[in-house]
Amino acid sequence: MHPAFSVIFFTVTSGAGYGFIALLGLFNFLYLGMLIDKNTFFICAAVGISLFTMGLISSTFHLANPKNAWRAFMRFRTSWLAREGLLAIIFYPIIFLYLYFIYIDFQLDYFLLMQTYSLIIFALSIIIIYCTGMIYACLKTIPQWNTFWTPINYITIGVSLGALIFFFILDFNNYNIEPYKFYLLLLIISSLITKLSYYYSIRGPKHDIGQATNAAIKLKTTKVRLLDVGHTGSTFLTDEFGYKVAERKLFRVKMFAIISGFLAPLLLIYIHSFIFENIIFCILAISLAFLGMVAERWLFFAQAKHVVNLYHGSQNV
Amino acid sequence: MRLGLVVDLDKCVGCNACAIACKQWNTSGTSGSLTDYKPYGADPSGVFFNRIRHYETGNYPDSKTVHFPMSCMHCEEAACVTVCPTGASYKREEDGIVLVDPEKCMGCNYCAWACPYGARELDREEGIMKKCTLCVDRIYDENLPKEERKPACVMTCPTTARYFGDFDDPESEVSKLSSKRDGQELFAELGYKPVNKYLSPRKKVEIEKHEICEPDLVRKVKDWVNKVVEL
Repeated sequence: MHPAFSVIFFTVTSGAGYGFIALLGLFNFLYLGMLIDKNTFFICAAVGISLFTMGLISSTFHLANPKNAWRAFMRFRTSWLAREGLLAIIFYPIIFLYLYFIYIDFQLDYFLLMQTYSLIIFALSIIIIYCTGMIYACLKTIPQWNTFWTPINYITIGVSLGALIFFFILDFNNYNIEPYKFYLLLLIISSLITKLSYYYSIRGPKHDIGQATNAAIKLKTTKVRLLDVGHTGSTFLTDEFGYKVAERKLFRVKMFAIISGFLAPLLLIYIHSFIFENIIFCILAISLAFLGMVAERWLFFAQAKHVVNLYHGSQNV
Repeated sequence: MRLGLVVDLDKCVGCNACAIACKQWNTSGTSGSLTDYKPYGADPSGVFFNRIRHYETGNYPDSKTVHFPMSCMHCEEAACVTVCPTGASYKREEDGIVLVDPEKCMGCNYCAWACPYGARELDREEGIMKKCTLCVDRIYDENLPKEERKPACVMTCPTTARYFGDFDDPESEVSKLSSKRDGQELFAELGYKPVNKYLSPRKKVEIEKHEICEPDLVRKVKDWVNKVVEL
């Protein structure tokens, strides 16, 4: 699949933004919100909201006819893309009302209500990331996406990126980060494990040319081979689905994504937490993590092989 | 009604006349135009609703070239329709034709991603997804003589390899042909229930081969080794 930068940027930043907001909701639910002052809390919320807003805006850049983008919420009953868009829009008034309630110390009078609200913020953020993942995972035509690991990856990576920023903001404002070190490391490790499981699950081809043509040609015992693709130049189909990258390059990008996106932040946060404390390590961890995730998302597209390639000369996808 | 096509792979000679007739009719039809990019340039490209691929199978004397025209299959479980976020893609209840409403399409390409057959192509100039309409602006046109109320590809096919009709009517030509010759679906395992059916090439008459002379011992040993290796 052709990796469009706007979509890569959208999935990484909106994932991180919603992951961050989900953690804020969880943080409040677990009473920890009391420990940080309102200013810091609002800075966190502002960072999270601007992250996913930038992502959502960038997602409209790949549309060929953006004037109809407002219609994208219509078919939420069947389309994961519409579900994601609808929830993302509904989320704005919900999160702003939540921030207002925090501003007026609503929890002092209506503690249970605020607890529930925090939990809703957490759940809704996770559900939105899940919807983003399902946009890709629901496509049976792209076997490398059509796996339950796809939405899991989107959630674990989004939450880890959010946690890294959260950790940094708390540390920068001289809060006691001692209790959170372990959880942050755990989150990064879980995102790495789920990503490796994804890579393991998509190894090897899933469909072959026989499934695409043999039923009709009905020569099950012999091999079918494309002789002539029937078009003289590039087409929309070859541009959109024919994106091919050399295996060696894919491998190099994969190594970069794993090292820069997961292992380096893990190591840096570990050093920062237990060996030598310096905020620079945190900044470096966040930058490398985002860079690594952009590579990881690029790979997610570049590695995906659409079954239409079976009609364009591939023997398997 | 469940309108669709039957393509006889035994008859198709791969002449591309259906693709051209389709382009000619539809470029000024309801889903027009089928934009060409740089048609007289060094690197021409453009939108087509129908593309013909050519395959080869087997080894001599059982080798065969199969010409494989593909357009929208008007699937019963059309994933392109369910994934569409705007509602621009829809499947007509009355006859099962899958269409795109250009007033609603935002050009996100998501439907093309969902289609295994490559039946949808984005018109980059209009920013709208285009696809086969089964010549919806032809088949119901009462100004045309009855025998011409067929898709342009079916009308033009010089070998009559393409048939059009209602698969819900057991007496229709397409239903009869499909059941008589075991009409096949492409990519049935994806579960989209494509309506269009393909009639497989029938077994060729065996060509009698005459043994000219008894193979010598070396040849016999080589043949035997080849057989063992192939096992």
